[in-house]
Amino acid sequence: MPQAIAAVNDFVVKFANVNGSGSASANELFARSILRMGVPVSPRNIFPSNIQGLPTWYEVRVTEKGYLGRRGGGVDMMVAMNPQTWAEDVKEIEPGGYLFYDSTKPMPSSMFREDINVIGVPLTAITNATYSDPRQRQLFKNIIYVGALSVLLDIDEKEIQRLFGEQFKGKEKLIDSNVKAMNLGRDWVKQHVDPDLVKLKVRHADNVGDRIFVEGNSAAALGAVYGGATVCAWYPITPSSSLAEAFQSHCKKFRHDKETGKAKYAIVQAEDELASIGMVIGAAWNGARSFTATSGPGISLMTEFIGLAYFAEVPAVLVNVQRGGPSTGMPTRTQQSDLLGCAYASNGDTKHVLLFPEDPRECFEFTADALDLADRLQTPVFVMTDLDIGMNHRLCKPFAWDENRVLDRGKVMTAEDLEAGKTFGRYLDVDGDGIPYRTYPGTHPTKGSYFTRGTTKDEFARYSEEGAVYVRNMERLQKKWETAKKIAPQPLRYSSPKPTRFGVIYFGSTSPAMDEALDHLEAEGNHVNALRVRSFPFAQSVEDFIHEHDRVFIVEQNRDGQLRTMLMSEYTLDARKLVPVLHYDGTPITARFIATDIAKKLGQFKVVSFDKAAS
Amino acid sequence: MTYIAKPRLHHPSLVKNKAGFTRRDYEGAVSTLCAGCGHDSISAAIIQACYELDILPHQVAKLSGIGCSSKAPTYFVGASHGFNTVHGRMPSVMTGANLANRDLIYMGVSGDGDSASIGLGQFAHVMRRGVNMTYIVMNNGVYGLTKGQFSATADKGSISKKGVANSDSSIDMVSLAILMGATFVGRSFSGDKHQLVPLIKAAMDHKGAAFLDVISPCVAFNNHPGSTKSYDYVREHNEALNRIDFIETREEITTSYDPGTMKTVQQHDGSILRLRKLGEDYDPSDKVSAMKRIQEGMHAGEVVTGLLYVDPTPSDLHANLNTVDVALNTLNAPDLCPGNAALDKINASLR
Repeated sequence: MPQAIAAVNDFVVKFANVNGSGSASANELFARSILRMGVPVSPRNIFPSNIQGLPTWYEVRVTEKGYLGRRGGGVDMMVAMNPQTWAEDVKEIEPGGYLFYDSTKPMPSSMFREDINVIGVPLTAITNATYSDPRQRQLFKNIIYVGALSVLLDIDEKEIQRLFGEQFKGKEKLIDSNVKAMNLGRDWVKQHVDPDLVKLKVRHADNVGDRIFVEGNSAAALGAVYGGATVCAWYPITPSSSLAEAFQSHCKKFRHDKETGKAKYAIVQAEDELASIGMVIGAAWNGARSFTATSGPGISLMTEFIGLAYFAEVPAVLVNVQRGGPSTGMPTRTQQSDLLGCAYASNGDTKHVLLFPEDPRECFEFTADALDLADRLQTPVFVMTDLDIGMNHRLCKPFAWDENRVLDRGKVMTAEDLEAGKTFGRYLDVDGDGIPYRTYPGTHPTKGSYFTRGTTKDEFARYSEEGAVYVRNMERLQKKWETAKKIAPQPLRYSSPKPTRFGVIYFGSTSPAMDEALDHLEAEGNHVNALRVRSFPFAQSVEDFIHEHDRVFIVEQNRDGQLRTMLMSEYTLDARKLVPVLHYDGTPITARFIATDIAKKLGQFKVVSFDKAAS
Repeated sequence: MTYIAKPRLHHPSLVKNKAGFTRRDYEGAVSTLCAGCGHDSISAAIIQACYELDILPHQVAKLSGIGCSSKAPTYFVGASHGFNTVHGRMPSVMTGANLANRDLIYMGVSGDGDSASIGLGQFAHVMRRGVNMTYIVMNNGVYGLTKGQFSATADKGSISKKGVANSDSSIDMVSLAILMGATFVGRSFSGDKHQLVPLIKAAMDHKGAAFLDVISPCVAFNNHPGSTKSYDYVREHNEALNRIDFIETREEITTSYDPGTMKTVQQHDGSILRLRKLGEDYDPSDKVSAMKRIQEGMHAGEVVTGLLYVDPTPSDLHANLNTVDVALNTLNAPDLCPGNAALDKINASLR
């Protein structure tokens, strides 16, 4: 028997449950109670594409240091509540770790491992002795195990009680019955389990601060509310559905006229993704801020319309909560594999603005920004989030909003402008930034009307297939692309304390794992500078960063190195300079993976510098 | 098509309507469709309808898909914004546009390929959502721009210009529209201006999803013997049930009619549709009998035309969504953004 794992505020507990059994809220209660003790946690749902009866897991990383990425490796404690997955769950425990299980039915010793510590609590027996209603039995069993774990891990019971109080505010009966269930678990453990058996402990700390705990989809939806979206058209698809639903619930709260009760928004669940993007484009053409939320397969369906919006220059905001591809792929697993599909969506020469939020806070910020950028640039803007950010609660900085911020509606000519005799050419570059002026339908009785179309046209929106006219328009679009580089969210640089020839570029949900990996690398004397790319087209500083280093690792959660491909196509580079670090099995990337892979590759490169080898 | 540009100046004696516009103010660019194309007659009927309704030209939004029919919005109401979208997807763009600004008058123009083939799904859904619009299908049963392939409204057994008989069943757009929940459904013929113009006016006046299936023969590819969408065939088989004489708002009734010759439908907004009966007693507000009469006509090889169905108390998408009375595109940050105090509360609730 190896030594029992001992850790304070730094371990991983994983819950193995059956989906549809009510375990999700109990598991979240567990995570929140630790958070309330001032200790950061990072939980992740690992769930099937199914409604009821299949295995589902909830992994909680307790991390005083605030490392919010998935740790990787085995788990320190497994709460094994699902007989279907027993064998693989037991296998996943680190040597010296802990297995918590329902010991109501005796189990043969062959079902256990010798190198782990086992805590059996007769959850079913306790539940059945106390409750007769089957639904109550199911739900309270979950609360009983939370109670039991609170004793084993030293979680403050008062925090759990406080959470019950908040959750069931005004429903005293529910609060009492939950506290009772929690105490059933606590009392049994106190009477039957050696208090020193489990050496994983939670201690009060002060490392959470004013941070909030929220899912990216809800945050993005709130960003759409703050950013002034009035039209949302969507089609249900995992993992984006909860975004549109959150928009609905935020709007119910904030967007009804106080006197009439009428809605200052319109949400349509469309018949498919083709229709949802069509509605978004129609609304934006007519001067309303609009957006859709979807995932990879939805983007595939939308591509024709995306090309229309690019070429006819109609604003559109698409939040792509990425999942594992290709095709139906892994609907409930995470990836960053839609970059190329979105960046160059549709036929002909097209390219689109992408934003890469790292967490819910940036989901909020970038969705609001995307609405401004789409109006400013008159083009589709994609917010490239993913399942890992979208469907998990993540600790992040609180939402912030500048009270003086106005909605940037971009270049729109009003009836007064037209009346004053300003020249209106829908595709005329007046200001030299490639962005023309538009008018909303119905603006003026005799001036400013034009025909919007996906075919080629001249500066005054007149149909033309003349080569020179076409080229002029395409070059103006290219100029607009240059403008986008300057106004999209700029990259953030993190420099190593020591000078180094090596750099790393990463984006989106890789961020927390990368923060931790950089600490590991630095501790081992592997110095790298880091750049977090936050938008496409890439800012000038991305090219500068690459040129500044001999080798740049490009860390991505896809197989083909899609960001690397985009960098290669945007810049003239020696392909050997950009070294892919790729993780794409559908689980969130981990610090261990990044640090190990980069350290291994650094070992090879450190022999001789790239410049010397090349010269 | 003609290459002669329209003169910019109008004859001073042209009569202005109540909105102060002449009929020519509702025209668009010169048509590039084939000489004799039924679509041009429909454009002319739309121009006439808008003129007679005293509409402000810029208050119309014209949307279309792809195809000969979808080029038509260029040829009417030039002072309004138009949107030539993608093939078969105009309904969704129109839905979004309508959500953004409920105050404009929405005119969707499509064809049988655009609406019955590639766009059948969106056609069905825009009807069931009750988008307040006039949706016209210029129906010729054939693909013109790609030179003569059958469309999904071509009748089974109809002969193509190359002599091939259509083997697939046809899609009847009016039946489909009624089934899907359209609240105003009519059919007409591009060659019958007296029936078509009042129908368009009534459709534009209707506060819900209005659909008009207008048989519009293709002179280039579908106007030969053996076709069931040719001028001759439609004239011979046109079974007109009624003709709208006028839409009466709150004006005094000045004309008297012989009892038994008129059918009136009182609408929710107080307006009254006066329908001249043509031969048979037909009640267009009865959905079940409307469906029955249309099916009987199809069985007998008739092209049943007229106002086929109207729901006098329609609802529309905005009513269903309970949106504010003002256009959503006029709302600004103070209406839309909950501000910092609300955000502080949200942050507090997430700790």
